[in-house]
Amino acid sequence: MEFIMAVLAGILFTTGVYNLLQKQLLRIIIGTGLISHGAHLFILTMGELKRGAPPVLTEGIEKYTDPLPQALILTSIVISFGVTSLLLVLAYRAAKINGTDNMEQLRGNDYE
Amino acid sequence: MSNLAILPILLPLLAGIITAFIHKKTKLVRSFSQITAVINLIVVGYVFMTIRSQGTIVLEVGSWEAPFGIVLVGDLLAAVLVLTTNIIGVAAVFFAPKSLTEKEESFYFYSFFFLLIAGVSGAFLTGDLFNLFVFFEVLLMASYGLIVLGNGKAQLRESIKYVLINLFSSMLFVTTISFLYSVVGTVNMAQIAQRVQEVEQQGILTTIGILLFFVFATKAAVFPLYYWLPRPYSAPNAVVSALFGALLTKVGIYSILRTFTLMFNQEVDMTHTLFIYLAALTMIFGVIGALSTHNVKLIVAYNIIPAVGFMLMGIGIFSEVSLSGTVYYLIHDMIIKAALFILAGATVYVAGTSDLRKMGGLIHHYPVLGWMMFLASLVLAGIPPFSGFIGKLQLIRGAVGQGEVMIVIVALISSLLILFSMIRIFIRGFWGDKTDIPRPDRKEKGSRMVYPAVFLLTLSVLLGVGAEWFFPVVESIAQYLMDPEIYIDSVLKE
Repeated sequence: MEFIMAVLAGILFTTGVYNLLQKQLLRIIIGTGLISHGAHLFILTMGELKRGAPPVLTEGIEKYTDPLPQALILTSIVISFGVTSLLLVLAYRAAKINGTDNMEQLRGNDYE
Repeated sequence: MSNLAILPILLPLLAGIITAFIHKKTKLVRSFSQITAVINLIVVGYVFMTIRSQGTIVLEVGSWEAPFGIVLVGDLLAAVLVLTTNIIGVAAVFFAPKSLTEKEESFYFYSFFFLLIAGVSGAFLTGDLFNLFVFFEVLLMASYGLIVLGNGKAQLRESIKYVLINLFSSMLFVTTISFLYSVVGTVNMAQIAQRVQEVEQQGILTTIGILLFFVFATKAAVFPLYYWLPRPYSAPNAVVSALFGALLTKVGIYSILRTFTLMFNQEVDMTHTLFIYLAALTMIFGVIGALSTHNVKLIVAYNIIPAVGFMLMGIGIFSEVSLSGTVYYLIHDMIIKAALFILAGATVYVAGTSDLRKMGGLIHHYPVLGWMMFLASLVLAGIPPFSGFIGKLQLIRGAVGQGEVMIVIVALISSLLILFSMIRIFIRGFWGDKTDIPRPDRKEKGSRMVYPAVFLLTLSVLLGVGAEWFFPVVESIAQYLMDPEIYIDSVLKE
């Protein structure tokens, strides 16, 4: 199960990086979204996948799920959600004011 | 008493929230922010004195015991850096009304400013790797708000690149933390440091260490990951550039310093030798960048990069002398970069252009600004007796002590070139025949913009001339960094 998840996260990273290298602004943002999904899956996988066990450790219980990766993912999801929405607004404004969403034309020169 | 450790984070956070509610009343929010920033500096000064006399303060947030909950570790290194951050904060908050228009001020500048200070202080104080990521995000979020302030064409264009590179490196950070968690089973820095010694497969840990280095190197602008830095740092308003240049890359360098002295010091031969090479390349490429342009703000922005190289050099050499050089240089560089960006902002403002080729003879109209720029160039390049000299002296002493002669040659040549690149601003912009004043309408406001820089430069000169007083603190930090057991013991209380 861990192996499949790791491969899945790898695929998400690959497609994310591919999209990140595109010229169109919206594709780049989708790329960052895919990469953050990959990262979140990774955290989940690294805490070992188990089913049917509660995330609590009390006396006498041997089988339990590690709650820490879940807490970490939750934090990370919220942060990437916030940054992605900010990025969408920023990209919209930048594309509108600069009159293009092509990164090739958004290079800029030194004196302005 | 241990609650003191959270005050440097809590006060700016509260101030940030309060200023968000009164953001439209410009006069009120301005004076409130100035008073709060000064109070904050006093409180942080008190915290620093307490840590100085009583040793490390550890706060277990919510009373969760050390390896399980989040800890804030107020050691001397963190305290010194938080103090410097707040000194820059005070200078910036007094510079803001002179540099921003009233409209820009009322668009949440002060809220983002305080959140930035809270995030930077938090990153310095935290003792938990995942929490470090969270504080990175806090300060980055605030910086995203600041960088778009003013809504200019170039600004929006550059801020997209800035947000993207930071988002990517943050996601790499999270992935690396999850790798590390699967190997050592904890995110508490002290416990990681303890377990790293016990893990059998040291190879995987070195790989994780290098990955973490890449994350921090992206934030700190180390070669080859510096390419994103100069333009986004020179695009926004002068006060925002000053905050970014003084604080953000330094958080990255601090993280490298902390990670590779505390946790990943098991394969010094490999990792730290890599740092020395990267430091040399960072210095060379940064200084070439600074020489390649005629844009005043870009010259100053490019000068951040060789400074990062100097600090990385000290970490790479990894001896007590060189680490004291790195810590000293870190403090010196935070202050001088803030001063330089303020001066560059004032120069661009009074000249009405950022192109050096269109300037000239400004010193006849703005003598204080001109001489301050000259002094700042000398301090930055490390001419004795100023503070840059002390830091570089320690770094070079450390390098010679370890037999790393190549890096010494590179460091000395790039220091000379730094001086040359800065003096160009003075020669091209301020020297020359007396001409008509370029923007007479900006004369009064322009002359007043210098004062925050004068304040910072005075501190910088004091730091160099009075090195006798400051140096014992730096030396004890370096001793402390070379012995990770002290940190581990103070957090895990064994």
